[in-house]
Amino acid sequence: MKIAVSSTGTTLESTMDQRFGRAANFVVVDTETMDFESLNNGAAASGGGAGISAAQTVVDKGVGAIITGNIGPNAMNVLQAAQVDIFRGSPVSVKENIAKHQKGLLERIDTSVAAHSGMGR
Amino acid sequence: MKIAVLSGKGGTGKTTVATSLAQSLPECQYIDCDVEEPNGAIFLNPDLSQKFPVQVLVPQVDDNKCNKCGECAKACQFHAIAVVKNKVLVFPEICHHCGACIIACPREAVSETKRTIGFVETSRRGHFLQGKLNIGEPISVPIIQDLKRRMHEGIPVILDCSPGASCTVVQSIEGCDYCILVTEPTPFGLHDLKIAVQVVKKMGIPFGVVINKATSDNTSIQDCCRESQIEVLLEIPFSKEIAEGYSRGLLPVQNELWKDKFRKLYKEVKKVQA
Repeated sequence: MKIAVSSTGTTLESTMDQRFGRAANFVVVDTETMDFESLNNGAAASGGGAGISAAQTVVDKGVGAIITGNIGPNAMNVLQAAQVDIFRGSPVSVKENIAKHQKGLLERIDTSVAAHSGMGR
Repeated sequence: MKIAVLSGKGGTGKTTVATSLAQSLPECQYIDCDVEEPNGAIFLNPDLSQKFPVQVLVPQVDDNKCNKCGECAKACQFHAIAVVKNKVLVFPEICHHCGACIIACPREAVSETKRTIGFVETSRRGHFLQGKLNIGEPISVPIIQDLKRRMHEGIPVILDCSPGASCTVVQSIEGCDYCILVTEPTPFGLHDLKIAVQVVKKMGIPFGVVINKATSDNTSIQDCCRESQIEVLLEIPFSKEIAEGYSRGLLPVQNELWKDKFRKLYKEVKKVQA
């Protein structure tokens, strides 16, 4: 399965970004081979609708799950409609988050935080 | 003549100046463009007898015609549409009503539907207007556009703007003949005045400054205006009497002295048209 992790950088060693819509990058990992691909999140700097756009980006990559810190209401709607599971990671590396997920240690997120929580307000 | 009152910083006294000016003139139209928090009515006590909803056009998708190609989502510059797993999700509150999704759709599956975002209230003869944005709505520009379509010709029109210097203010002052920038002698007042000055200069609108809560021990605004050759139209002192009146909904122009000062302010502003 492919999993997207919101990330501050572009590799498996990069630290997870606590934000979803405004994350700098998404590292998409194939959990069987540990091959990965980094996607720049073009929505991070957009005026509005960042979560929607970020969700569309990862859904278009065909991921089955995402790992992130917090997720807003609009992004949650898109991911739920696409039947993508959302897991709460911690600010350690992408690789460690994937490992924890494989062991079933990450909790599923099914409630969103308030809109604009990732904008530093 | 169309006169906009704006400030940059909130709470400097836009409404005090705009409503005082309105009360000093024999006839005028006052428009409260601060649609997130209109409060001019508290001071001018209009009979708000008419109310009109403000509607915008947002996309709706016909599932029978749509093949989930995603072109509408790609066209949307505001990320108001997502297409996932054979579902089109529309986020109407983020939509900026540009219609690009309709043009982008190759199957004519997207059409427009009306959505109410707030309303406009007016007095019987339309001399007082105010807009109100519904709670939770992020985009107020369409309400200001509606208000401005109702502007009268042949009498002075005073537009009381929202704080800041963003889209709502730009929309409010566009096409105005003069801008009164209200500020106060605080670091924030000065900082935001400079931003407001940049906006009105860029838009090529003549302007002057009213200093509210002026004191003799802080002349930062006067100094800045002198250096930048900006006209100071009026100073309203930091006065307990004025503040007490304000808290009871009374304007300084209750006093003839102040009424006269605001009439002079209007005369000064009107010179620009000559």
